[in-house]
Amino acid sequence: MTALAHVPTSTGQPAGPPPPPRHDRHRLLPYLLLLPGAAWLLLFFAVPLFQLAAASLYDPTGSLSTGYALTWAFGNYPDVLQAYWPQFARSFGYAGIALLLALLMGYPLAYAIAQKAGRWKNLLLVCVVAPMFTSFLVRTLAWKTILSDNGWLVGLLRDVHLLGPDGRLLATPVAVVLGLTYNFLPFLVLPLYASLERLDYRLLEAASDLYASPVQIFRKVTLPLSMPGLIAGTLLFFIPATGDYINAELLGTPNEYMIGNVIDSAFLVRLDYPQGAALSFLLMAAILAVVFGYLRRAGTEEVL
Amino acid sequence: MRTPLRPLTRRGLLTGTLGSAAMLATAGALAGCGTKGAQQTEAGCVSEDLSGTEKKLAFSNWPQYMDVDDKDESKRPSLDAFVASSGVQVTYTEDINDNNEFFGKVQNQLAACQGTDRDLIVLTDWMAARMIRLGWIQKLDPAKIPNVAANLLPSLLNRPLDPENRISIPWQSGLAGLAYNGGVTKEIRTVDELLTRPDLKGKVTALSEMRDTMGLLLQSNGHDPANFTTAQFDDALNTLKKAVASGQIRKFTGNDYAPDLAKGDIAACVGWSGDIIQLSAENKKIKFVAPDSGVMLFSDNMMVPNKATHKANAEALINHYYQPAIAAKLAAYVNYICPVKGAQAEMEKIDPELAANPLIFPDETLLSRSKVFMVLDEKQEKEYEGKYQQVIGA
Repeated sequence: MTALAHVPTSTGQPAGPPPPPRHDRHRLLPYLLLLPGAAWLLLFFAVPLFQLAAASLYDPTGSLSTGYALTWAFGNYPDVLQAYWPQFARSFGYAGIALLLALLMGYPLAYAIAQKAGRWKNLLLVCVVAPMFTSFLVRTLAWKTILSDNGWLVGLLRDVHLLGPDGRLLATPVAVVLGLTYNFLPFLVLPLYASLERLDYRLLEAASDLYASPVQIFRKVTLPLSMPGLIAGTLLFFIPATGDYINAELLGTPNEYMIGNVIDSAFLVRLDYPQGAALSFLLMAAILAVVFGYLRRAGTEEVL
Repeated sequence: MRTPLRPLTRRGLLTGTLGSAAMLATAGALAGCGTKGAQQTEAGCVSEDLSGTEKKLAFSNWPQYMDVDDKDESKRPSLDAFVASSGVQVTYTEDINDNNEFFGKVQNQLAACQGTDRDLIVLTDWMAARMIRLGWIQKLDPAKIPNVAANLLPSLLNRPLDPENRISIPWQSGLAGLAYNGGVTKEIRTVDELLTRPDLKGKVTALSEMRDTMGLLLQSNGHDPANFTTAQFDDALNTLKKAVASGQIRKFTGNDYAPDLAKGDIAACVGWSGDIIQLSAENKKIKFVAPDSGVMLFSDNMMVPNKATHKANAEALINHYYQPAIAAKLAAYVNYICPVKGAQAEMEKIDPELAANPLIFPDETLLSRSKVFMVLDEKQEKEYEGKYQQVIGA
């Protein structure tokens, strides 16, 4: 806000004639438009973020009743990493596998809707989005029924001997990964659809006129043109999937718990705020590192 | 000499704005570094009791923890009786779903000695003990709750968390023990069987509530959950660790084990008596087992938080629910252990079958085998809860 004092017209210098007020309003307008969003971000993101940062450096021997002192206890970070690295690894592993599965399903789906669906396009889009009208929790609970030990799916898999007689899907890593894949699939499909929908069919025709094989057309034309959607989609999928804890909680067991479960328990059950905050920060940092690495490799300036 | 003013560019302004915002935020965070202790004293956080002039009461409770009329779900006969006899308008809210979650909801206000807009809350023993320890709960006036002294079950009198029975009064009690679905597995009798029988592998759940699961394990290992040492706790925890490592225990649950047990996805579990009675009403094969080594007795307690402004009205309500006839009405609906003496006789008139149910009106032998978990201080709570959470994977 102090920067506004540098606006030449408001310094009170009698040097020049004041510009017409209409012009002044015009110049300030963009900032006024930014103000609500910026204030929102400051109040509900920046401030809590700094508080979280401070909490991650609290004295770990503090407690709720005596309070926590800020002792710059950087040791909290290696401590939590040592105690909870398996959950960290699991979060990224599960989210990564789920992302691969989602890409295998999502890309053809988005392509089919965008290019081949014809008059069914809107209906198919509704089919992708409609599940989002029900709560995330309800959808995950529905998966519990689908994957149930006595459900038809497990029965079928047992009959064809893909599962042993005592085999199960629920409470295994498979269930957690499937749940993640399902729950975040629309976040991948929608941006992909948006960029595939704008695909100029004449470019594909031109490529095939020039004797490109279908595989070549896909690699040299379709894929590069859908890159912005692909990148946006993978990020929208991967980031929430890594931090998710509902799927591991409902579909998994303690052996499948992800880092989100640990953070939840640190804040709500164990009341160990320094640990919870340090874990949250590490998760944020790790995701940022992965995302930036990815964006560098994918190298698409037009996305960001 | 006049220094030329730097022309304002969009980028400059943006950087300046963001920079100063970031600095402000940092400064704010640094100024607010550390947290103050949440410890309060009851005397320091009392509000004037407006009960005399305001005939109101805000009562927060768990879902499905109050009798409703069979024909009209919006009517709550036992509560309506209180409204009619006392003239106090009760705002009844079912907003307590989880002890930890509710604690998170009110902790900022109570730690800062502010009101929560609630006059009466219902929380489980260990959370009640924590709030009492933090000085967040008001003492009640024994003269205004004579029914409690007269009718509280002897086994719930003078509990360690409330030796004088004047700060946390049981709403309902329950047992934590074993349960199994007879449609999927044969009977289980002991905690050992639950944790080691090969045919149950991967079909067992335990409660994520440390005091219930660990209490049963401590007893099964020959220790007293009301009075144990760290070595004994570690011994019991080791037993649990083995069962988790072997894959015997599928997961740790809150109330959500109930539908899984009914479906048969889990065959046996550590569970709560009230849930199991409700399940067995629909499926006779689901049974609650009190292992010979002992069961855990817990209560959900009515308490008046600091800064509540209608304490006398709350006391009147507590007194109302300690009349045997009212308590029987409530127990007939919620199916937990009724903490009120004499309610069994009243229940005979409502439903003789329920009156004979030992999980609602436990007999002396069952009560003698039930224990209440030791009251932990903050350091113990953090240590034990930390170790336990590590084993259950969170």
